[in-house]
Amino acid sequence: MNNLEQFRAETRAWLEENCPLSMREPVSGFEDIYTGGRHPEVAHPDQQVWCERMAQRGWTVPQWPREYGGGGLGKEEAKVLQQEMARINARRPLDSFGISMLGPALLHFGNEEQKLEHLPPIACGEIRWCQGYSEPNAGSDLASLQTRAEDQGDHYIINGQKVWTSYADKADWIFCLVRTDNSGSKHEGISFILFDMASPGVTTRPIRLISGSSPFCETFFDNVKAYKRNLVGEEGKGWTIAKYLLTHEREMISGFGAAPKKSVGESALEILGADASGRLANGILRQTIAQYQLDALAFSATMSRVGDEAKAGQGLGAASSIFKYYGTELNKRRNELNMAVGGEPALGWEGDVYDGGGTSRDWLRSKGNSIEGGTTEVQLNIIAKRVLGLPD
Amino acid sequence: MALILTEEEVMLRDSAAGLLAEKAGVPQLRALRDAGDELGFSREVWREIAELGWPGIPVPEAYGGLGYGYTGLGLVLEQAGRQLSPTPLQSAVLVGATAINELGTEAQKQALLPAVAAGEILVSLALQEGPHHAPEHTALVATAAADGFTLNGSKCLVLDGLAADHFVVIARTAGAAGETEGLTALLVPAGVPGLTVERRSLVDSRGVAALRFINVAVGADAVMGEAGAAWPGLSRTLDIANVGLASELLGLATRAFELTVAYLKERKQFGKVIGSFQGLQHRAAELFAELELARSIVLQALQAIDANDPDLPKLASAAKAKLCEVAQRATNEGIQMHGGIGMTDEYDIGLYIKRARVVQHCFGDYNYHLDRFARLSGF
Repeated sequence: MNNLEQFRAETRAWLEENCPLSMREPVSGFEDIYTGGRHPEVAHPDQQVWCERMAQRGWTVPQWPREYGGGGLGKEEAKVLQQEMARINARRPLDSFGISMLGPALLHFGNEEQKLEHLPPIACGEIRWCQGYSEPNAGSDLASLQTRAEDQGDHYIINGQKVWTSYADKADWIFCLVRTDNSGSKHEGISFILFDMASPGVTTRPIRLISGSSPFCETFFDNVKAYKRNLVGEEGKGWTIAKYLLTHEREMISGFGAAPKKSVGESALEILGADASGRLANGILRQTIAQYQLDALAFSATMSRVGDEAKAGQGLGAASSIFKYYGTELNKRRNELNMAVGGEPALGWEGDVYDGGGTSRDWLRSKGNSIEGGTTEVQLNIIAKRVLGLPD
Repeated sequence: MALILTEEEVMLRDSAAGLLAEKAGVPQLRALRDAGDELGFSREVWREIAELGWPGIPVPEAYGGLGYGYTGLGLVLEQAGRQLSPTPLQSAVLVGATAINELGTEAQKQALLPAVAAGEILVSLALQEGPHHAPEHTALVATAAADGFTLNGSKCLVLDGLAADHFVVIARTAGAAGETEGLTALLVPAGVPGLTVERRSLVDSRGVAALRFINVAVGADAVMGEAGAAWPGLSRTLDIANVGLASELLGLATRAFELTVAYLKERKQFGKVIGSFQGLQHRAAELFAELELARSIVLQALQAIDANDPDLPKLASAAKAKLCEVAQRATNEGIQMHGGIGMTDEYDIGLYIKRARVVQHCFGDYNYHLDRFARLSGF
């Protein structure tokens, strides 16, 4: 038995013994995902048991180094762990912005002290993070952000406002873009800093969307103290880190374009019925659905192709630049079709009879996909300029 | 299977690009067109291509081919699409060799495939009869005679029909129009009494013929496989043909897009290159995204042929429909973004929209294949 096979056998046995049965059921919704933090929202006590057991082995973040609370696994081992978890339908024990966003940025840009201080609490789910990027006057033009950080020797004093801060009202710490210098171009003078959301002077206000309540907040900073040891990278060079993280975020959002289990066409056939030839009764709707499903198929083939090219060492091809734009536009098309296919029940907003308005709320929420994390228009600018080489 | 090309495939693609650009590209197409060439391709260039073994790419080794599969052939066809190469690769290799391999008897394969693989003989499929691709509505009749069949009827859109040595003729031996049962594939040599082959001049200036059968007698040994049971083999042949044509359209659309982007960087109006205008930039970026999707679905469909994937019919229609859509958009945007000069015969972009339109139509267009994709997707 080689090492990898032995690792598989041990992993399988450990998972069998340690993964609670309730954690082998699919999550029922966003509120059923365990995100940790000082004041964790616990939908089921097994969530904490499962997270704790996995964290002890470093398997909440299998590929992070062991000294930072990770599992220290290589690519192949991490794949085995993923396969073995999938085999018994084990949930991911912990899902957070700390794991998906700040962690990779700190591993890449942070100093040793910062990694040792901040990564282990992310790995064990002790500290929950939020992201302070957008401002009321810095949306697509993020680099024009104005939240000020004044140099006070060993710390900064921060004043300003962030918006679209997901879970700001529930997070313990924030990774935040602030302006430390106004004299140069707008991309210079931006710094990437970390501070405690419990600091005096931080207030948050949830934002209600067209789809109803949301995790988004407005976040206000009134003379908030942030220590310089928590400045990541050099002062004034935060834009590089910001861009690195935006790429991560766009990859996550483009995943929304993946095709659902039951196809729109099959749902439509159940609701609207077939004509004598077995085709969906409404030919015009049928064509629109077919166009959507064709594009969804070609899009998922493209995700696979780019993944396979990267695995084969051919680098991340130009095709990856289309993911955010195309994936979110596809998701909007799918949601429009869900409304068209669903009819009256899809219009429901509240009440059990309408499944809490799931269809209409998802439809409305999807409109934000092509805005958040870089609008469709910004993405098209990027393709035109950086991939096609068209001039300014 | 990973959606990437092997080193060997990359080498084949690059050597195809080189040869076709030099010997069978747009200048050669123009020359053939302007000379009113009947065949629509150069036999001499075809011999050079044959020497490289390309006609044998999809033919199994047991029958003298390279047994290299359709992913490899797809790469060559993509290059042919880029250069608008006038060759019988589509008619005789993609469709002709495939039809014999999928429909023929062992004796027919042994008799014909080695010569097809060597590029020595050309075999073309005679299928379409009306204005649209509708194989189950085949009406050309093959009536049982003393020692074989008598054929009556007509065919159109026979690719390189004037140059073909043999035809694979799809005929009805039983059943009614609209039924898939009762269709028979027959191997008919060119020059048989009662068969007339007439050139048809289409918009792409390639060699296409219409056939007329008046009491054409063929022997029982002309039947490919079993009489009345051609549908499964024909269906697979058409799936393969459509994926191959999708590869050609991929190359064609990509090249049309490259020509257009190059023009956007060069043409000045209002004191700036027009490629700096966001109205054009976004349309170009959207087209780039569509071309990336097109490339992925074509590669997936090509690999599905070689892997005997049961999903091939759905993937073939997906690839053909997507490429019809994208090639149409790329060539239309190409002309629009070139402006007035795009309407002139002197500029190449017009040749691209002409060839695209013919390839889009062959063996089922966008509307045909989007409908089939929906049916095969269960709605």
